[in-house]
Amino acid sequence: MAGKLHFSLVSPERELFSGEVDQVDAPGQEGDFGVLPGHAPFMTALREGPVRVTADGRTTTYDVQGGFADVTPEGLTILAEHAVEV
Amino acid sequence: MASLKEMRNRIKSVEATQKITKAMQMVAAAKLRRAQDGAQNARPYAERMAAVIANLAAGVSGDGAPKLLVGTGRDTKQLVIVATSDRGLAGGFNSSIVRMAREKISGLIAEGKDVKIITIGKKARDQLKRLYGDRFVESYEAGGNPSLSTAQAVGEKIAELFEAGEIDVVHLAFSKFKSVVTQIPTFKQLIPAQVEGGATIDLKGAAYEYEPDAEGILETLLPRNVTTQIFSAMLENNAGFFAAQMAAMDNATRNAGDMIAALKLLANRTRQAQITKELIEIISGAEAL
Repeated sequence: MAGKLHFSLVSPERELFSGEVDQVDAPGQEGDFGVLPGHAPFMTALREGPVRVTADGRTTTYDVQGGFADVTPEGLTILAEHAVEV
Repeated sequence: MASLKEMRNRIKSVEATQKITKAMQMVAAAKLRRAQDGAQNARPYAERMAAVIANLAAGVSGDGAPKLLVGTGRDTKQLVIVATSDRGLAGGFNSSIVRMAREKISGLIAEGKDVKIITIGKKARDQLKRLYGDRFVESYEAGGNPSLSTAQAVGEKIAELFEAGEIDVVHLAFSKFKSVVTQIPTFKQLIPAQVEGGATIDLKGAAYEYEPDAEGILETLLPRNVTTQIFSAMLENNAGFFAAQMAAMDNATRNAGDMIAALKLLANRTRQAQITKELIEIISGAEAL
């Protein structure tokens, strides 16, 4: 898998995370999914649950309530209604 | 002419006023910085949301398109949301928003449209109540710091009215924060959603996959977009308010300074005139002896 995935997590109040990561796991409305670099364009609504971000072997978890995930060739964007780092 | 004592009292009172305006200016400057950060931090969300909607809207067309996006096809029932601040002492900040809104409202009424009004902020409520009190649907307070919950409450109210067929078109009046010295009263159309072109992302030949489907996502995304737009308008207002207040208080401080200088000059002249008068009295008294 070539390169890194550009990931940004934004809530209405602020941008919680923006940067290059290796993998993101998120709770989709119709099932959890993982995004690796080079993922096909994909959009889904999110349900409540943890978003796990893996970068350089370390994992950060955010609790996300409602929102959307948008995967484009430019990267993954999660628009969360409400999000906190755990 | 006023007595010396009266003039000194006057100077003291103007000095006290100047102290207050100076303090308010400094408080506004400090709060402005925070409000500006708040508006800045919220920008990525609103921008991405707009981009996502633009992407989706390009793919959805025809009868299946959500009404929030394409409208009901009528424009007889209009809702105008007017957002201002709760407090005054900020120069023409609030009244310029209200004036713009009032022109729009009277224009719409003249066209025979059914106009409803929602206000956010005490100033909008107070200034519009006299003229259009019977058209009020709801009034919200802006609060010290714009909170998402207020925006959500407004968003839910709009969704409720829209679904009940009470409104066709929704406008939002607020003040755009351009810079510390310029805030521009602006109208934004919330429903039907304005899709800004050019924001679409190049997919490099691949097709989007949707879960559940494009319409389903749009249907949940659009109401949220309304809330987001209201929230960002409130943040812009908040930043603009403190900027306007800072400028107004700076002016007031300067005016007070000018006034103090003028009063001091007058007081000194009066004092000198009094001394001269007393001297003349003494000298002429001595000469008479």
